[in-house]
Amino acid sequence: MMLEGLLLGLAAAVTPFNLMMVVLGCVIGTVIGMLPGLGPMSIIAIMIPVAISIGDPASALILLSGVYYGAIFGGSTSSILLNAPGVAGTVATSFDGYPMARKGMAGKALTIAAIASFAGGTIGTILLMIFAPALSSVALLFHSAEYFALMVVGLSAIAAFAGTGQVGKALMMTILGLMMGTVGEGALSNMPRFTFGIMELQSGFSFITLAMAMFALPEALFLVMNPARAATGAGGKITNLRISRAEARTIAPVIGRQSLQGFFIGVLPGAGATIASFLGYAVERNLAKGKEQEEFGHGSIKGLAAPETANNAACSGSFVPLLTLGIPGSGTTAILLGALLALSVTPGPRLMVDEPDVFWAVIVSMYIGNLVLLMLNLPLIPYIAKILTIPRQYLIPFILFFTLMGSYIGQNNSTELLILVGFGVIATILRFADYPLAPLLIGFILGTMMEDNFARAMQLYQGFGFILDRPMTLGLLVLAAILVVLPSYRARRARLRAAGVADGD
Amino acid sequence: MALDRWVALAFITLCCVYGYAAFFTMDDSLPPILRRNPIWPSTFPKMLTVAGIIVGMMVLFAPRSANSPKPTATSDGTMDITRLRDYQIIPALALVVLMIGYAMTLRPLGFLGSTTLFLMLGAMILGERKFHILIPVSALAAWSIWYLVQEVLGIFLRPWPAFLA
Repeated sequence: MMLEGLLLGLAAAVTPFNLMMVVLGCVIGTVIGMLPGLGPMSIIAIMIPVAISIGDPASALILLSGVYYGAIFGGSTSSILLNAPGVAGTVATSFDGYPMARKGMAGKALTIAAIASFAGGTIGTILLMIFAPALSSVALLFHSAEYFALMVVGLSAIAAFAGTGQVGKALMMTILGLMMGTVGEGALSNMPRFTFGIMELQSGFSFITLAMAMFALPEALFLVMNPARAATGAGGKITNLRISRAEARTIAPVIGRQSLQGFFIGVLPGAGATIASFLGYAVERNLAKGKEQEEFGHGSIKGLAAPETANNAACSGSFVPLLTLGIPGSGTTAILLGALLALSVTPGPRLMVDEPDVFWAVIVSMYIGNLVLLMLNLPLIPYIAKILTIPRQYLIPFILFFTLMGSYIGQNNSTELLILVGFGVIATILRFADYPLAPLLIGFILGTMMEDNFARAMQLYQGFGFILDRPMTLGLLVLAAILVVLPSYRARRARLRAAGVADGD
Repeated sequence: MALDRWVALAFITLCCVYGYAAFFTMDDSLPPILRRNPIWPSTFPKMLTVAGIIVGMMVLFAPRSANSPKPTATSDGTMDITRLRDYQIIPALALVVLMIGYAMTLRPLGFLGSTTLFLMLGAMILGERKFHILIPVSALAAWSIWYLVQEVLGIFLRPWPAFLA
């Protein structure tokens, strides 16, 4: 089954056109990913209209996953060279990567990052290949009631992993996203809902516009407001990309451990690359002994390899729920889901049965993407890094322009741009108020599907009876409730204890 | 009151408007035959309204945690609303206005004209004054993006002002 699938995927992915797409995607992703303010989410959102215009779902996905991997690698590059991580997932990379670059070992740091990313991505993809079919055969037994419950679990988990004090805020953003998803003509009837008489809202909000407004615009505005955010400067000379055999031996076990750990963290909805990289860094620091441990934070090669491996493995892991259940666990996979739906591919357990060539083409393209990144970017990185020397007064207008273009192309409607700017301003305020925005986007994209499944279950059981009639549904909903309540219960207990201690003293 | 609580308050207000539409106005236009369905187009929004108001209240009245991280170092890139005065608000607002202007002029001026203007004015807002570099760079960038999108990708973009086409 797996071998057959791989061959099928190879046949679909290895065409001259698709290989060109991988290379193109990796290069575009790396170049744009390096720019401060444009993370993988924004880049993929910009590329969606391009991918859709290709038409073939397999090629489009191959392009997008190339862009995804490239963007992560590009983010690591700017973390290492400038201490300016483009995305949260590469913040941990800068802990040891930047000190290495300052010691004049930028080339070595980039090589280690590339190798660790490659290994993490490849091992993660192998695990994905093993786990996705297994999970999806289980998921085939699910009915719409379970799907509804599963989506509730996914959304609750995203909120639950949002961090202390953030659970309520994340939930609020999720519900806001779900509400925005109900605007426009619903799936239940052709009756437009919540348009308040505005014609442009008839078909609902555009997903790409929302993605741009939530991520790219606020980041660009922050760059304007606080120039310290974009620590531009001379990239410096990047020489000596080689690493020694002893160094390779030092990082090998780190890569092995973090590939596994990162992958399984990535599978969890809401956890994703950021948590995987921080946790990977922390675990490796604790495992390291004596002198090696002291080196962490001052340019340790282990400290660089750990988050780089983990965040790439987590990226592969995040494809598991997307491909098998059709439920995105992160902002990036939510955007990929939007792209898939636009290409009329519905991810979920049926994907592997109905369109195995698409599924396996994605897997194979992940391998190829990783390989291309390693072979192409390593020799080219000193040249690509020149892009970091573009002065910000040119860079920022271009970032803003790409954001506008992303939502304009394909719509050809300038009202869309006004909606984009409006939401962008709101998103900036939300960022200032410390609200996480990924849950909003995930809620938005899951909203329609959730309501569809909910409606089907309601119709089948003539009411809310499905919750009690189907034990699995009930179990999942209880799990969702626990996920939401537990963090606030623990926070409350911690607060009470802290208060008690203060009184006692 | 901190900004996040104001946001929560705004959210609850939004829920009320949304909920009013879901509970009181939406069902009026529902044809009688659909009323026998166990689920109406307003069912899911009603659930969301209730959940939204509860969560909004929770955030609004959440006790401030004692060990909330204090804002630290000043020169790093993290954003903090309490330091709003230190930030360059004017250029950011100017860029927002510029984006709105871009949206308004895209049709009357055409893609090439308004994009060139947008890139130029954007750079000028951020302090660029070398016009001998700025003008060619903006025009060239606008043209090459138009060429990529229209000719290579085959997505139509109106290049010239509306009255010329």
